[in-house]
Amino acid sequence: MMFELVWLIPFIPLCSSVLLMLTAGNLPRLLIGSLGVGSVGIAALLTLITGIYFMAEPVPFELTLWSWMQVGNFAPSVAFYFDGLTLVMMSVITGVGFLIHLFSTEFMDQDHSYARYFAYLNMFVAAMLILVMADNLLLLYLGWEGVGVCSYLLVGFWYKNSANGQAARKAFIVTRIGDTAMALGLFLLFTELGTLDIQAMTTVAKETWQVGDNMPLIACLLLLGGAVGKSAQLPLHTWLPDAMAGPTPVSALIHAATMVTAGVYLIARTNGLFLLAPTAMMAVAIIGIATSLMAAFTALMQSDIKRILAYSTISQIGYMFLALGVGAWTAGIFHLMTHAFFKALLFLGSGAIIHCLHHEHNIFKMGGLRSRMPVTFWSFMIGSAALAALPMTSGFFSKDQILLQAYLLPGMGPYFWIAGLVGALLTAMYSFRLVFIVFFGKLNIEPDRDTGWRMAIPLTVLCGLSLIGGYFVIPVQAVFPPLSDEHPALWVEYISILVPVIGLLLAYLIFHSRQLRVDGIVDSKIGQLLHRFWFSGWGIDWLYDQLFVRPYYGLSTMLKSEPVDAMYSLIVAINQTFNQLLSEAQSGRMRWYIVSMVFGLLVLISLALQISPEVL
Amino acid sequence: MEGLNVPLNHILLVSSLLFAIGMLGLMIRRNIIFILMSLEVMLNSAALAFVAAGAHWGQPDGQVVFMLILTVAAAEVAVGLGLVLQVQKRFKTLDMDYANRMRG
Repeated sequence: MMFELVWLIPFIPLCSSVLLMLTAGNLPRLLIGSLGVGSVGIAALLTLITGIYFMAEPVPFELTLWSWMQVGNFAPSVAFYFDGLTLVMMSVITGVGFLIHLFSTEFMDQDHSYARYFAYLNMFVAAMLILVMADNLLLLYLGWEGVGVCSYLLVGFWYKNSANGQAARKAFIVTRIGDTAMALGLFLLFTELGTLDIQAMTTVAKETWQVGDNMPLIACLLLLGGAVGKSAQLPLHTWLPDAMAGPTPVSALIHAATMVTAGVYLIARTNGLFLLAPTAMMAVAIIGIATSLMAAFTALMQSDIKRILAYSTISQIGYMFLALGVGAWTAGIFHLMTHAFFKALLFLGSGAIIHCLHHEHNIFKMGGLRSRMPVTFWSFMIGSAALAALPMTSGFFSKDQILLQAYLLPGMGPYFWIAGLVGALLTAMYSFRLVFIVFFGKLNIEPDRDTGWRMAIPLTVLCGLSLIGGYFVIPVQAVFPPLSDEHPALWVEYISILVPVIGLLLAYLIFHSRQLRVDGIVDSKIGQLLHRFWFSGWGIDWLYDQLFVRPYYGLSTMLKSEPVDAMYSLIVAINQTFNQLLSEAQSGRMRWYIVSMVFGLLVLISLALQISPEVL
Repeated sequence: MEGLNVPLNHILLVSSLLFAIGMLGLMIRRNIIFILMSLEVMLNSAALAFVAAGAHWGQPDGQVVFMLILTVAAAEVAVGLGLVLQVQKRFKTLDMDYANRMRG
């Protein structure tokens, strides 16, 4: 019975969003806040109830609402598919989403565009829910583009600053590159398999294609292109750090917990296809681990609190990609969930700091906030511990699984494992560098307030989830192919546990007690060079600027003068010149007319006489 | 056709002279009344040439055309003087260069 009503879950936030847009901020603030938070709250509640029903009887369920269109044999319907994976994603979206909405009511309290903010945020939740609930890839694509639009609108939310608009456009355009690849992938899948329905498609694909065929490889790589764009992986990751221009709760919801993990969801959802293309799986793993390391190094150098977290998000999604690539589907989705908890916590914590410190982003201008903002401090401690995967936190369980599964992969496995460990070490270092610099040391700026209850509650709940999230069992066994029961040697596990702790110690020694002097290394020539290189995110923005943006600008300035039209413009120019010359003659002075007429007549007559003198 | 016999060439010379005087007046005068008068002179020079030519060839056509020119000149003066009045009313001057509204 409950399952027939799952359509309500995306529908309620959508209704609230439309209502907020139509009233255009003419409602009382309290009502706007209640609508925005309440609609997502109801969606979360419905998800919870559905989840309870589903856990009692875990059978996948399909709900067809109506037929979308009918073109030849292409007949996608608006239909939802509900299984364990959907449930996990929906719980994260509505649950974390609800907490972030609640947090936003305080964070955006002073903002003029209160209603616009909640309208966009609710629309985002609706689109994201459609994305994860979609039964076919076309409906998924609708949600996919929907979240893209909402991301654009919310990154550029404070549109009066043109830099924010720039960041929003960058986010939109860069993800669009991936989306184009994904659209091509959908076309290919439809022409080859004749359906976009995910379940049917997987079945048909297994019958039509052999493992290692070219066709599934191309299709998977195109889908991967979409996932790479949306999830900010190499080489399309450059939009995410700039997307931090939006309000911080938006970064928490869209650019940490939900939207950026859509790529992970897409690959997990189409795992049947990816299993047919081992090369594509390997590409996923390599992209994941490379991104993870690149972003971790960059995060270690940043000074903007939100950029640190943004690069950290890129790095953690890299781990999820690694998990998917080595076939540890469950671990990947598990990390997606725990990451949503602790990264939302960290982002909301940073939002609280930014809110209480007059929009200060630079961590070196903060310091000593431990006693002034205790709730935020503990949020950061727990969030960073989970992010660094210290034992017994939620991040530990998920990341540990990923690393061990990666180790077990025949061939490349141990290399992935070592690279993952380096990443984990760096993760612990940059996350605790942030904590030590911001919360310890001497107080630089006095916060003008502490967090209110609407900020404290989400932080506290997310703290709890970040701590115990690792003990959750996600009901996705039926969705993914089973794993072998193999276990790596005990020493491998011990090292995996030990590395984050070493990272924490290093961060303590370098950034807090300063017993480990690194100034010498940093100030040396190579150190300076590396610092600049990593600070700029490995110069990738610069590279893209040189490779794509500048040539494009050059081409467009060249074409702006319209070289093809030059010939036609010339004709126009000649005509205009003569026109000007002749209109000069039409002066309105009658005597001038007469003189010219007489003169002309004289010339004509003398010419006539010249030609035929016999007239005389 | 006895009596004073003036050679055709002489009459044509006078006619040309009159025409030239009229045209010169048209070209250098700014007062609209003088312009009209110059026009009359030019018309009459043409009429004179017609009459002389008609007399020379012994044809009545020349005199017919003279009548036509006379009528045209009368009509032209009627319209022209009306314009003169309007110009005077509007611009408080008879100088045609002041009446120029064109910006070429």
